[in-house]
Amino acid sequence: MTITTLATLAADLDSGKRSSVEITQDYLNRIKHSDHNAFISVNEELALTQAKSADEKRANGDSSPLLGVPVAQKDIFCIDGTQTTCGSKILENFVAPYTATVVGNMQSQGVISMGKTNMDEFAMGSSNETSYFGGVNNPWRSTAKGYENKNLVPGGSSGGSAAAVSALLAPAATGTDTGGSIRQPAAFCNLTGIKPSYGRCSRYGMIAFASSLDQAGPMTHTAEDAALLLNTMVGFDAKDSTSLNVPAEDFTASLNDSLEGLRIGLPKEFFGEGLDSEMATIIETAVKQFESLGATIKEVSLPNSHLALPSYYVIAPAEASSNLSRFDGVRYGFRAEEYSDLDDMYTKTRSEGFGDEVKRRIMIGAYALSSGYYDAYYSQAQKLRRLISNDFTCAFTECDVIMGPTTPSPAFEAGSRSDDPVSMYLNDIYTIPANLAGLPAGSIPAGFTSNGLPTGLHLITPYLQEAKMLNIAHKFQQTTDWHTRVAPTAIGGSQ
Amino acid sequence: MALDNETVQTIARLARIKIDQSDVDKTRASLENILDLVAQMEAVDTSGIEPMTHPFDATMRLRADEVSESDQRDRFQAIAPSTERGLYLVPKVID
Amino acid sequence: MFTWDKRWEVVIGLEVHAQLQTKSKIFSGSSIAYGAEANTQASAVDIALPGVLPVMNLEAARLAVKFGLAIGAHINQRNVFARKNYFYPDLPKGYQISQMELPIVGFGEMDIETPEGPKTIGITRAHLEEDAGKSLHEDFHGQTGIDLNRAGTPLLEIVSEPDMRSPAEAVTYLRKLHSLVRYIEICDGNMQEGSFRCDANVSIRPRGQEALGTRTELKNINSFRFVERAMEYEIERQIDILEEGGSITQETRLYDSDKHETRSMRSKEEAHDYRYFPDPDLPPMILEDSFLDEVRATLPELPTAKKERFQNEFGLSLDDAETLTADRQTADFFETVSKSTKAESKIVANWMSGELFANLNKSELEISDSPIDTSQFALLLDRIADKTLSGNTAKKVFAALWDQEGDVDSIIEAKGLKQITDTGAIEAVVDDVIAACPEQVQQFKDGNEKVIGFLVGQVMKQSRGKANPQMANEMLLAKLV
Repeated sequence: MTITTLATLAADLDSGKRSSVEITQDYLNRIKHSDHNAFISVNEELALTQAKSADEKRANGDSSPLLGVPVAQKDIFCIDGTQTTCGSKILENFVAPYTATVVGNMQSQGVISMGKTNMDEFAMGSSNETSYFGGVNNPWRSTAKGYENKNLVPGGSSGGSAAAVSALLAPAATGTDTGGSIRQPAAFCNLTGIKPSYGRCSRYGMIAFASSLDQAGPMTHTAEDAALLLNTMVGFDAKDSTSLNVPAEDFTASLNDSLEGLRIGLPKEFFGEGLDSEMATIIETAVKQFESLGATIKEVSLPNSHLALPSYYVIAPAEASSNLSRFDGVRYGFRAEEYSDLDDMYTKTRSEGFGDEVKRRIMIGAYALSSGYYDAYYSQAQKLRRLISNDFTCAFTECDVIMGPTTPSPAFEAGSRSDDPVSMYLNDIYTIPANLAGLPAGSIPAGFTSNGLPTGLHLITPYLQEAKMLNIAHKFQQTTDWHTRVAPTAIGGSQ
Repeated sequence: MALDNETVQTIARLARIKIDQSDVDKTRASLENILDLVAQMEAVDTSGIEPMTHPFDATMRLRADEVSESDQRDRFQAIAPSTERGLYLVPKVID
Repeated sequence: MFTWDKRWEVVIGLEVHAQLQTKSKIFSGSSIAYGAEANTQASAVDIALPGVLPVMNLEAARLAVKFGLAIGAHINQRNVFARKNYFYPDLPKGYQISQMELPIVGFGEMDIETPEGPKTIGITRAHLEEDAGKSLHEDFHGQTGIDLNRAGTPLLEIVSEPDMRSPAEAVTYLRKLHSLVRYIEICDGNMQEGSFRCDANVSIRPRGQEALGTRTELKNINSFRFVERAMEYEIERQIDILEEGGSITQETRLYDSDKHETRSMRSKEEAHDYRYFPDPDLPPMILEDSFLDEVRATLPELPTAKKERFQNEFGLSLDDAETLTADRQTADFFETVSKSTKAESKIVANWMSGELFANLNKSELEISDSPIDTSQFALLLDRIADKTLSGNTAKKVFAALWDQEGDVDSIIEAKGLKQITDTGAIEAVVDDVIAACPEQVQQFKDGNEKVIGFLVGQVMKQSRGKANPQMANEMLLAKLV
């Protein structure tokens, strides 16, 4: 069994070796045979209709690069006429009456949506265990002693997307990243996951968690695939006041540029206490690899990075507490069955409709914004955010890319941390700073622990330098094969 | 950071979330844990620092005043819990 | 006139919500036209579907700035939208997008005329926000129906300082504000449709005391008359409570115009904690100097300047100038007529405040809907000036014009109202009258000069009102003295 990249599928479609209908049907069959619980819903009929239409377009001369390629969509994106749950009971029966801009952009390039992937409820979580639709099994199952028959989490919140690609149920998937929700599951599932600069991908139609942090991005096997998929996702959107109006870029154009003279910065704060020692070694080895590609390595400092996690756990819950007020049982979604009056209807609807982690974050957010606490919490967190952002500006005067581990430890056993929210939050300690600063960041496969679990190398580049990051990642993947390893429980299919 | 149960109930009430009396201690403890994590912020002197509400300090783009939306009531109300004669129905609102 | 025990001083501040005259909503492309079928003007953004985002309407910003410039206020060239969080079924997002710390319009002032002379009222701020939907209580099996057509309509909330000291003063300010927003064409001012709404903060304190008393907020007052009456009721209520040794509860009270009383709004009793914070979906609005200049260029002449000019240029009295500049359409009507008629401006003013306003009021019409346009009105006054019509016959022509019976000259012709100015024709009538009334002629010669009026009346009667009364008068005097 080998991985199949978007680039390969695009070439097969282009040469006429396979049709979109054949490819799509193949993946749909794999999904049926999977027990990863990676999807919340699969829309076979719609996918095949789109595949048929893509084949017709190709016959008529359309040569969009990803025309007819099927992917999985995180169930946070509204797609007209399809169930869109955001992993929550409160939206279990919500059929979106419109399509998110990112999905619309992909569709206009002929990309096919096969189904909606599982996720932590409202993207709040780092293990996919807060999903109302159940946890997701990480396709990477350790064979080491003590791990037999134990389920590992795929990471979160884009856990379903990560598992789907890693288990070869889809060649690529979309994710969203508020504090690490693309990069952490990509690291746990041996994928390439990119969180673009804030504002690159429109947030219109992407159900909001924390508006000033949320950003969509691709989850793929390779950096080249990430560039291809990102090309179809981005673009200015007049419907999103925070959308960036920058000239269109082809992210594949500079993939093969030389890394000669590249300056890599290693923040000492990312290699301190809390980092799994085996992973530290893997990351150091991976970074060394870049020296052979012509890069230089130096230590840099992000002195305020320890404040990222506390700031994030004020800003994100505060924005979320307000964003989730619209789920009130009045216009759409779940409404409690029995209630005595209006307030009782609101309270029962929300108490029954939201899971514990979502309720916890709503309450933290409401508290942080409440009268008398605003300055100490929300305002202070936004000031720290500026300090954290300034650290990056400063560091990037000395280096072109910042590298480190994506996560402090590899994928863990399901249920092992769900009773302790704060220990779960520590998963995102290295990924959160880039969200606070709005910078592009990604995770790429960097090697395996002795237990056979994937390790992610984290990359952060300056504002709008996604192309540079993908170039760095691609060159690394040209000289390593970590990203080509197939997960033990992947579904073979016909390949 | 210590919270009392009354504060927990006040926050829950603001957020329209019900906390059963039997769960209030547990909820309080988990909120306190998060607030302990957040408490690291207190030590930092941020006087003179402008809060950063948007990445890159973006500024607003305004749209032209044009009517671009048409009636989609039937589509939107097809997914509503309770409607009648084009209105969303809710339990009686008392002013 | 309302009076109260003057040992108490009244303190009033007003919060006015003016609906801005845009085509589309403040954050979505839905129409804001009044009266559409329920929820047919409620888009994905307006009903707050998951994933939707607000995009600010430039015109709403422009109109807010126009207001700020008109009252000489400070414009915050960096202003910020904030979320005001609370649950209510007419508030689809569970928060209202408003402005808190940095409103678009900062401090400004407005002068009003009071019986004690001119007074300046401070305007603390004016901020942009979205309106909520409407709750309909009737006939849904004990449930409430929600219409979100109004949700997202752009509002400018204009907050005054607590500078007013009587209900009459507050109403004077409110009328002036109402006139201004229509003058500068940012709001249609329609109070029945809720385009111009007023909440009043009312408190009393012992005269001489500096600290403000506890205030109550009066809501739901949708006419000038009710605003005044609600405040009067509330002042009496507060005086009664304090004089009986009680204390005022800070609360929101609803005015019931049928019962003429205010009552506490129970649903608002619960202490609110709105948890304001800057809206992360909307970056700060930056207004360039060039934008302010552009808006300034669209400002019409403002009422105060116009009032002064009308006094200087047209020689109007302060009262006439005040009346004729009360709204822009009236002022424009006056100015157009004055510039095209041969009649004196004073006559134009008299005829507008007299016949025209009386008829408009009776028919409940705005001056813009007057069946007599400026050109016919000017022509009518021309015919008085050139002595074709007398005051009386002009009123007949006015009535016919009002009823759309034709233009000025065709009406005069058809009704045979042309004044007789031919000396010979008048002389014949005068001679007839002198011959027919020897008794009165003798009285006049005996020194009773008043009887000349009777004789002129007889000339008018015989000529069926068409003789020029001044000529008749002169001719009678010439023949009798």
